[in-house]
Amino acid sequence: MKVTKRQTSNVKRQEVYLDHAATTPVDGRVIKAMMPFFDTCYGNPSSLHAPGQKAHKAVTDARNSIAGLLNAHVDEMVFCSGGTESDNLAILGTVNMSKAELKRMYGKNAVPHVVTSAIEHPAVLEPLLKLEYRGEIELTQIKPGANGVVAAEDVFKAIKSNTVLVTIMLANNEIGTIQPIAEIGKLILKHRKVNGSIYPYFHTDACQAAGYLDLNVEKLHVDLLTLNGGKIYGPKGVGLLFVRRKTRIEPQVYGGGQERRLRSGTENVPGIAGLATALDIAQAKREKESERIAKLRDRLIKGLLKIEKSRLNGDAKNRLPNNVNVSFMDIEGEAAMLYLDAKGVYCSTGSACASTSLDPSHVILALGMSYEAAHGSMRLTLGKSTTKKDVDYVVTIMPGIVRRLREISPVSLDMKQF
Amino acid sequence: MNNKKGQKKIDIAPAKNGGSGFYSDVVKEHFFKPKNFMEDESGYKADGQGMVGSPACGDVMRVWIQVDDKSRRIKDLKWKTFGCASAIAATSMMSEMVTEKGGMTLEEARALRPQDITERLHGLPVRKIHCSVLGDKALRAAINDYYRKQGETDKVEVEAGRVIDKVLKITDQDIEEAVLDGAVTLEDVQRKTKVGTGDPSCIPEVEQLIRFYREKYFGAE
Repeated sequence: MKVTKRQTSNVKRQEVYLDHAATTPVDGRVIKAMMPFFDTCYGNPSSLHAPGQKAHKAVTDARNSIAGLLNAHVDEMVFCSGGTESDNLAILGTVNMSKAELKRMYGKNAVPHVVTSAIEHPAVLEPLLKLEYRGEIELTQIKPGANGVVAAEDVFKAIKSNTVLVTIMLANNEIGTIQPIAEIGKLILKHRKVNGSIYPYFHTDACQAAGYLDLNVEKLHVDLLTLNGGKIYGPKGVGLLFVRRKTRIEPQVYGGGQERRLRSGTENVPGIAGLATALDIAQAKREKESERIAKLRDRLIKGLLKIEKSRLNGDAKNRLPNNVNVSFMDIEGEAAMLYLDAKGVYCSTGSACASTSLDPSHVILALGMSYEAAHGSMRLTLGKSTTKKDVDYVVTIMPGIVRRLREISPVSLDMKQF
Repeated sequence: MNNKKGQKKIDIAPAKNGGSGFYSDVVKEHFFKPKNFMEDESGYKADGQGMVGSPACGDVMRVWIQVDDKSRRIKDLKWKTFGCASAIAATSMMSEMVTEKGGMTLEEARALRPQDITERLHGLPVRKIHCSVLGDKALRAAINDYYRKQGETDKVEVEAGRVIDKVLKITDQDIEEAVLDGAVTLEDVQRKTKVGTGDPSCIPEVEQLIRFYREKYFGAE
């Protein structure tokens, strides 16, 4: 045992940031693109004078650029404060707008129905649960398979006559599994056509997918799509909701009527310029970078699964190229995360202790895994800066950390329970 | 009791806890270099042992004690903990408090409260308080075990309180302490005790107790 200890302490300390799903550093080119809009070109885009119009042009350029990347129209871009606001606008906007239409069609007791998955981000689940709690919607949560992928057929079967919205993420933020959005989109289109209905709208949260997956809204067949800056080497505090033409949603923020009245408030010009630049860079290098990073991901997964009583959460192949999520039995994720932190490795965990609630990750539990597995789950998400050396460093130090925590743990569960 | 209104609150992480925010240096010291944890069970002769919690709830603590039969002081305490940094640090700190200065008597050890441990840890972040409450419970279970083994069953104290949450062995006294500590809602109480997370069926009773103790100590609202 002493030998092992010495070996571990001999490993040279490295700083390895493996929490890119939480947020990314801002790309230097993005910062450069943003800078003019803080001091030199500081006008309010709503002002008709020259400085205002300069700022207005910057926002229009960003709108054009992003619309091009999404294969969408310029008038389908709604800028807002981030992924959470974008999700909220899609959900609350659709539900509130649909109420009158539903009442007209099905009588005054009609309640909108929403279909979602059990593994959505809290920015989607929480507003939906709130609406359900208030009796304002009927909610169906589709369980994914044990591999963390929702079946398109299950989503389709859940659609009812009063379903106004289907919202399923493009890729999961905890386990990185990719959902069959294009397939679901096609089924929804067919349903609408057959029933001659404008509903249900189809929304997808693509925050985690940007930079790795195709965001072409025509191929995805979505009406609403959420993006943000902080996950794609862009600034935090800026987001986007793609709203397809003829998709009617109610604004949630009222004021000066910016963003085609859908989101009032003076535009965050530097943020919007930064988001457009970041998305441009991310999507340009998408395929090459995905290939590079998937190799590192698989190397990390292989290395970590050599530790006994461990398992990968979520499908091994059908997942984002940068996502690793493993559970180590008999230890608690926050403790492991902090031991890694002390060794310069920064990641996150699905343990209850790391969350503000008392519950462990709803995503890991939705896979049909035990509470124990959820408490011991660790998420390591790779990024642009990640190298083979980083991955090997983590693979070298992790066994010692798991061993140490197992030494002080009174729990030793059977893998069958895992 | 020192947990009446107006007393200093010890369950909030101090603003200046020396460096990287979330945990105090004392917590980090005990978390990274845990004291007195059980390294080899097979060679250890325990006079009493106790275990509480369940891995599903996120915390399990096990405690072994060696007692000097004459002085009735705890000579040695070993532990194992499944849990987060707070849980590990709290059990480690407890093991020091119980065994330092010649060791606590069994009765002193029995009176040890989670707040005492938190204070020695220079506070815990509010939402981490619940992680530290199982250590002293495991200790009391070990003390009972000792008395049972000695045949002194009259000294076995099944926590004077009534068990409300059968899974986590949380009593009405624990709820009372939580309320005294400033908990107002069920969520507050759960943050401190985890009550009902293993067995939600007890929650209505917990809510009643919270109302009862709030009225008792803080008057009708």
